[in-house]
Amino acid sequence: MNNSLINQSFKKAKKENRPALLTYTVAGDNTKKKSLEILKSISKYADICELGFPHNTPIADGGQIQTSAYRAIKNGIKINDVFSIVSKFKKFRKDKPIILMGYYNMIYQYNENKFIKKCKKSKVDGLIVVDLPHPENKIFASKCKKNKINFIQLISPTTSNLRLKKIIKDSHDMIYYISMLSTTGGKLKVSPKRIIKEYQKIKKLNKSKNVVIGFGITEKTIKLLKKADGLVVGSAICKEITKSIKKRQNTVTNVTNVVKKLNNKIK
Amino acid sequence: MKLKKNIPLIDQHDKFGFWGGKFGGSFIPETLKKPVEDLTKEFHKLRKNRNFIKKRDFYFKNYIGSPTSFIKLENLSSHLGGAQIWAKVVSEANGGAHKIYNATVHALICKAMGKKYIVGDTGAGYAGKMLSMAAKKFGLKCKIFMGAKDIKRQKPNCDAMRRNGAEIVPVYSGSQTLVDAVSECMRYWVSNCDNTHMCVGSTVGPNIFVKICGWSTAQISRELKIQLKKEFKKIPKKIKLINCVGGGSSAYGFWSEFIDYDKKNIELIGVEAGGPKKSKLHAAPLSRNAKIGILHGAASYVCQNSEGQIQDTESISAGLDYPGVSPIHCFLKDTKRARYTYATDEAALNAYKMVTKFEKLNPSLEPSHAFAEAIKIAPKLSKDTILIVNSCGDAKKDRDILKDRLGKY
Repeated sequence: MNNSLINQSFKKAKKENRPALLTYTVAGDNTKKKSLEILKSISKYADICELGFPHNTPIADGGQIQTSAYRAIKNGIKINDVFSIVSKFKKFRKDKPIILMGYYNMIYQYNENKFIKKCKKSKVDGLIVVDLPHPENKIFASKCKKNKINFIQLISPTTSNLRLKKIIKDSHDMIYYISMLSTTGGKLKVSPKRIIKEYQKIKKLNKSKNVVIGFGITEKTIKLLKKADGLVVGSAICKEITKSIKKRQNTVTNVTNVVKKLNNKIK
Repeated sequence: MKLKKNIPLIDQHDKFGFWGGKFGGSFIPETLKKPVEDLTKEFHKLRKNRNFIKKRDFYFKNYIGSPTSFIKLENLSSHLGGAQIWAKVVSEANGGAHKIYNATVHALICKAMGKKYIVGDTGAGYAGKMLSMAAKKFGLKCKIFMGAKDIKRQKPNCDAMRRNGAEIVPVYSGSQTLVDAVSECMRYWVSNCDNTHMCVGSTVGPNIFVKICGWSTAQISRELKIQLKKEFKKIPKKIKLINCVGGGSSAYGFWSEFIDYDKKNIELIGVEAGGPKKSKLHAAPLSRNAKIGILHGAASYVCQNSEGQIQDTESISAGLDYPGVSPIHCFLKDTKRARYTYATDEAALNAYKMVTKFEKLNPSLEPSHAFAEAIKIAPKLSKDTILIVNSCGDAKKDRDILKDRLGKY
């Protein structure tokens, strides 16, 4: 998958001597229409957009993303709507990679093969499945690869060296490093220096993989992690949506401003 | 899909942790892979360690108070006619329910692993109360996650937890019941797995937690087997073992020694929570034919919608009010070794009324579901049929609900 959109985005960022910026928003937050508008607008400043398909029992998500997910579900988002958001977005910007992220039960109920087919049809570039770890994900990951969809493996500070090697071997273009022991959106409780050290351990094992860091990254901390291939910001964005709704302000403008600022910090 | 003989059911899974190739497994975030692996290794080691078994048996006897008694409910049997109704009074165990077995074993494992903090989930509050007791006994710091709705309806158990020095963390997300408490507890463990041990309160969750819990509650049927032989000289020919099923920990413990028997000899009957008579909601994934789904790290029959969103449940019994069920019960259902049915809130309340009227027994709302089934089938059965109900919890915790619904407690 050498010429995948995901790979190209990292190459482009590298040429500009900066990490790629990855955003995470929840499909349907707070409505289907609004989440598409947000996606379109922030894609000007983000290199890769992660889009969550919300589940109501998210065991690895902190408060901010849970709030976004519950809000989207309450407003009626269905899996097929998520695909239609992606399709519409791709018509608007076909050069911007989209990564869908969620929990396995949603895929299981939809049917694995049907889900992958639908991803392909709506031009999804990658998939992150939070609760389908290695090696259980091997079959699913290879199905994705056959359909030119990047299956993104996760690595955490608790991942043993032996596992690390195996996971990297089975990974595709991108690997997601979880910065610390936490659910999404926790306060960064490990020093950026230590995170980068762990990150470099992964990079050393295979330089060709694009390794991104996520969890706990905000406007305040993003600059300190600039050395990475890519940085993911999710909860900080979801939080902004919640805040804007509360204040009855324009979510699209406010969220775009946040992403713009993040983008400026890592230039 | 087939059951194997002479191997404990908890060990009849494949290398990925699936029973019958499709129930169970470990659907966990990467961060939990290592702690789950460590726990799996430790448990594997401990259960073969003679000293550990000795320790377990010591605490089961001297702390929990094993064996709990096995009694005939003479008055209830003669009132209903038909089968003899017996009860295994597990609610006599220290703390008032079977949850103490799992809690004690987890506290011992936590100590063996050198961790000082222990966290757990609770619905009816018994799992939480017992974990707080065990934590106090073994000098561990304890946090209990509990849905805000359950905190209100099971106050006596919350008071007990606080008295034992545990911190109760109220969970306000979702339906504010057990399902959300388990999620929040797992989230906490994701963030603190380096120094904290997690106890899952039933035979649910990632594979290893199903195994540890089942291994702990199996004590119930080990006792019963001895008691049956003592009472009847040998195992009687027609036995029905009736147990309520929420997550399914007491049912597994009650049945484990008898699974190898022919079902014509010993029938296993699980009773789920049917919810209020007029409600569409229930907590009965097995008997109301829910589809397989993934919840809290394991595949099982789960109350869910067509998209895979977990459905709200409703039951008068907080301990059974859970959308999923143990993978080992799914396996027992599909192999047809056990039969699963449900009782409504009203049936459980009526059963409670009848049992307490005729017997000196005070079963909580959870086993009252099992009694409802016993009361229903006993009159149609022969006198030599032995119905045994696991009276696995005491109704003290249900004081407020019973007062409200029956006008008295």
